[in-house]
Amino acid sequence: MTELLKRILPTVQKPARYTGGEFNEIKKDLSEIRVRVAFCFPDTYEIGMSNLGMRILYGIINQMDGVWCERVFAPWGDMEEQMRKHDLPLWALESQDSLKDFDMLAFTIGYEMSYSNILNMLRLAGIPVRSENRLGLENIVFAGGVCAFNPEPLAPFIDFFVLGEGEEVTPEIITLYDRAKAEKWTKARYLQEVSKISGVYVPSFYRHEYSDDGTLSAIVPLNGAPEKITKRIVENLDAAYWPTKTIVPSTEIVHDRANLEVFRGCIRGCRFCQAGFSCRPVRKKSPDVLYRQAVETLENSGNNEITLSSLSTSDYRGLKELTDQMIPYCEQNRVNLSVPSLRADNFSRELMEKLQTVRKSGLTFAPEAGTQRLRDVINKNLTEDEILSTCINAFSGGWNNVKLYFMLGLPTETDEDVLGIAELVYKVILTWKEHAINKKRGLRVHVATAYFVPKPHTPFQWEKQITPEEYMRRCKLLKDHFYSKSIEYNYHEPELSRLEAVFARGDRRLADVIEEASLQGAKLDGWDEYFRYDIWLDAMKKCGIDPAFYTTRGYGEEEILPWDTADVGVSKKFLLRERKQAYAGIITPDCRHGCAGCGANCLLKEVKCDA
Amino acid sequence: MPRAIFEKTGNAIYISHLDLMRVFQRAFKRAGLQLTHTQGFSPRPSVSIALPLSVGVESHCELLDFDLEGELPSCEEIQERLNGALIEGVRVLSVYSEGGKQRDIAFLDCAVTLEYDRCVTDGDREEISGLFKRESLMLEKKGKNGTKQQDIIPLIRKLDVVCAGDRKIRLNAQICCLNPALNPAQLVAAIAEYLPEKAPAFAQVTRLEIYDQNENVFR
Repeated sequence: MTELLKRILPTVQKPARYTGGEFNEIKKDLSEIRVRVAFCFPDTYEIGMSNLGMRILYGIINQMDGVWCERVFAPWGDMEEQMRKHDLPLWALESQDSLKDFDMLAFTIGYEMSYSNILNMLRLAGIPVRSENRLGLENIVFAGGVCAFNPEPLAPFIDFFVLGEGEEVTPEIITLYDRAKAEKWTKARYLQEVSKISGVYVPSFYRHEYSDDGTLSAIVPLNGAPEKITKRIVENLDAAYWPTKTIVPSTEIVHDRANLEVFRGCIRGCRFCQAGFSCRPVRKKSPDVLYRQAVETLENSGNNEITLSSLSTSDYRGLKELTDQMIPYCEQNRVNLSVPSLRADNFSRELMEKLQTVRKSGLTFAPEAGTQRLRDVINKNLTEDEILSTCINAFSGGWNNVKLYFMLGLPTETDEDVLGIAELVYKVILTWKEHAINKKRGLRVHVATAYFVPKPHTPFQWEKQITPEEYMRRCKLLKDHFYSKSIEYNYHEPELSRLEAVFARGDRRLADVIEEASLQGAKLDGWDEYFRYDIWLDAMKKCGIDPAFYTTRGYGEEEILPWDTADVGVSKKFLLRERKQAYAGIITPDCRHGCAGCGANCLLKEVKCDA
Repeated sequence: MPRAIFEKTGNAIYISHLDLMRVFQRAFKRAGLQLTHTQGFSPRPSVSIALPLSVGVESHCELLDFDLEGELPSCEEIQERLNGALIEGVRVLSVYSEGGKQRDIAFLDCAVTLEYDRCVTDGDREEISGLFKRESLMLEKKGKNGTKQQDIIPLIRKLDVVCAGDRKIRLNAQICCLNPALNPAQLVAAIAEYLPEKAPAFAQVTRLEIYDQNENVFR
């Protein structure tokens, strides 16, 4: 460590997040390294170290001979201030070397409001933010993660994007770079060659043309680039790499526990959910493999908690088999087994009771909408009966705490639907009064509403977002109809969700906005401490961008969409059909009740969709 | 209850007290040593570290009390297994089955290295040495109930000032560390307060040894 850093570290909050040196960190001998990769997470250490994708790819890249992958996170504001004051460029944790020394910078982007952090990190590293200003083969910047499914607002900054799951494609990309570096290719030649790897999208190989009304009139592939980029997936998850020897942070992170992914994809088809469609098809892991990986992960990390993660863990077919093996192991070894996103079915209820022997957590529902009509519109197949009967079970079992999550501004939503939320909450309270066994401490019902953000690759990708004023009116309407003291109501502030909506469906013209906002100090937008709405509004004004174009306008079904180049497997035809069903208030049963024909199974060659 | 003495050096000095407890809890688990747990609603593994160390301070004499389920392996084995499961900078020096009562801790030896961005002279050393020979040195102390004035002289038992290189001066001190306690950082604060032109650009504190009331090494 430099003398400078030694002096700075004691002056900043949580310095341990800047030093590396955690258990299972991977260090390599630089003399044996041909390609240095900096895996950059555009948020703080605590958020980034909780990201599973990063842990998987860190392991995979470091398995490669002659390649060393290190980690980089966005510094907190106090550290950034010190770095700027002392001209200390952004460094990677393992070697403490400056980012500029790296061949490749890999960003994983899971949230639109972290875009400013990408630019800020590049700038803190002294690396030009625009791809066209990075001339050589060094400092190649590429990016993956869910935001790569519409990466257009970042197009001028990132040399290429990787669509879909990175396990197989990342080594292909790095191996090609290894060769390019040895043979002294130009950057242009490397980009040309890397674009031939399936799943790689080089944005500079596409020209976006606009009509007078501001909509896209054409997306023209150049340099022989393919018209569509199909996302990559791993077909056989049992055989895929899974990090069982993973870094154990020395300081507390957001998800401070071992993590086990039980399957990928989702059978549910909630029409607002991007992950539900873009992560298809469904691929499972077998309980035996999972159990083995769970034990290895726990033994190698010393964690006292493990979570079974997926988009909807109740839908994992092997859940009973897996938990039957895991519960005794966890009890014996004093490990908490946490199973989030359980549905309100019978088995889950039994499972919840079994898990209780280890530790008792709260009860959380995400009905998303207040009336059955609107829940049918969004295809959230959770009924009031299911919610209330689960509540009866929980209250009679001693729980006194319920969290309920909703969205406001969903397509076709009326005031009746908003008031439906109040009614549902009221029924939960009545249920408690009738069934609670322990009323001494009273009941707490936490209600939260989020501002609906239409996302690409969903049946709602064409929808209008309501205005912030209308959203706030609905929040207030709802608030005025909560009479009980048991209710704690929180609503998301609309500003952030509005910007999220702009960038989620944004096009290339927004790149200037991101650059301008970043220059004016936009960073860590996901954090209340740093989010500055005014910077973003000013930047849009300066760049001649009207946010309404991307939010309240809505997109035409015939319109060319900025993300049309990305093929996530689900067909546009299917999304349109789902949209029509939504407006007709007709649900589409989950995939296990019959394939709805989304098209994602076409991505599979070796195995069948496990929906 | 068994006790381990360990050192905290290098990058590990930036790990906070609470985080270090977690580091140990996990290290015990990785080492295959099952800690007993506290009773109650939210059982916690029973580890405790005496005299919490400030972030950024190095130490060669940290004490960790712990309790294991079942029959205890030998002290040597515990030490070996723990060191195999610990991170760089945290190293167990020795383990023994029973230690002194923590309330008997009284004094500690520490080194405070003052780093300057200029060359230091023997005059600087003399002046700093003179400061700590005063009858009293009143300093503001931030506590739970706001700030109050504290005289640090009665809490300093010995203090030598030596030149430790062209740009470094070192204080070798023995100070009270429990009821009442002096934070070694206050020694630096005293220089900044009373000899502002001698205030160092940076100071590194290192804990060296702890003692009981009778000045016997505490274990």
